[in-house]
Amino acid sequence: MNTDAHARYVLALADDALVAAQRLGEWIASAPELEEDVALANIGLDLLGQARALLTHAGQVEGRGRDEDALAYFRDERDFLNVQLVERENGDFAVTVARLLLLSTYLHELWSALRSSTDPTLAAIAAKAVKEADYHVDHARMWVLRLGDGTEESHRRMQAGLDAEWPYSDELFDDSHIDPALVEAGVAVDPALLREAWRMRVAAVASEATLALTDVPPAVTGGRRGVHTEQMGYLLAEMQHLARSHPGATW
Amino acid sequence: MSEVSTGPTSGSRRDWPLWEVFVRSRRGLSHVHVGSLHAPDAAMALRNARDVYTRRQEGVSLWVVPAAAITASSPDEKDSFFEPAADKIYRHPTFYEVPEGVEHL
Repeated sequence: MNTDAHARYVLALADDALVAAQRLGEWIASAPELEEDVALANIGLDLLGQARALLTHAGQVEGRGRDEDALAYFRDERDFLNVQLVERENGDFAVTVARLLLLSTYLHELWSALRSSTDPTLAAIAAKAVKEADYHVDHARMWVLRLGDGTEESHRRMQAGLDAEWPYSDELFDDSHIDPALVEAGVAVDPALLREAWRMRVAAVASEATLALTDVPPAVTGGRRGVHTEQMGYLLAEMQHLARSHPGATW
Repeated sequence: MSEVSTGPTSGSRRDWPLWEVFVRSRRGLSHVHVGSLHAPDAAMALRNARDVYTRRQEGVSLWVVPAAAITASSPDEKDSFFEPAADKIYRHPTFYEVPEGVEHL
């Protein structure tokens, strides 16, 4: 099996988690309530934990001596393989909640499937992550229901949040970075197979929350090829500058 | 637990009611009051409690109770409520000889 393709697959999983964690961290001290600061931080930290395990694993599969820090802090924007959905600016709380619903539902489906990956490390990470993702979906769902089926204003903003994020969810099912041999070998999961279950779950929450799934065309993206939005550069600058200014610093 | 359970009415964030949180740390122990938090309704209060009070594996079970539902003794009544028990030492089982070898009394 192609080692580079394998490392690249794990790296894309890691980057989704890492960048989503970084964005969620921005809510600390800015969420609508202190309790929500803690909730979003917990979710972010779950994702960061997944990212660390995945980055470490990607470095080992790659076999060029890069550890989690090297991969997180010393790669440039074009080398990040995350979907653009996770790097976009947070927007208001409803946008974050909409994104969390789309992303976590996808991740829950993905980790459920990857529990039986033939890559034992990936299967172990998936077994842990699936329980975390289950809670993330629940948290997002609780808020989508309350905001969507809340006041006129909360409904309007929840619908706007869903409309803004929906076009970017298409990229979650992009398999252009996955070597078909990896799927055949049972290491990777073809994301296209997750789409129907994902869509049904998201649609069920939206409908219960009196929201509509918009019929807008998918956004033009390219995160899996290292093509990112303008906002990604700012995110990386904040995330990486300390490690780059003081290489090897510990505290 | 119902999905969108009816707690005290929620309004703007300032109106989020207060909930008291009780955690059972292990099977066999009672739920113990650990603190309070704000949440729009019961289901969210339970989730907030999970995030705020059980992050470090503090519990296996959670209760949340609307703070407004608790009737508490008043500090002003402290004397009449609790003082009379102070000199009634016969209420304490301190007049028995504990037989040797009895460990759990």
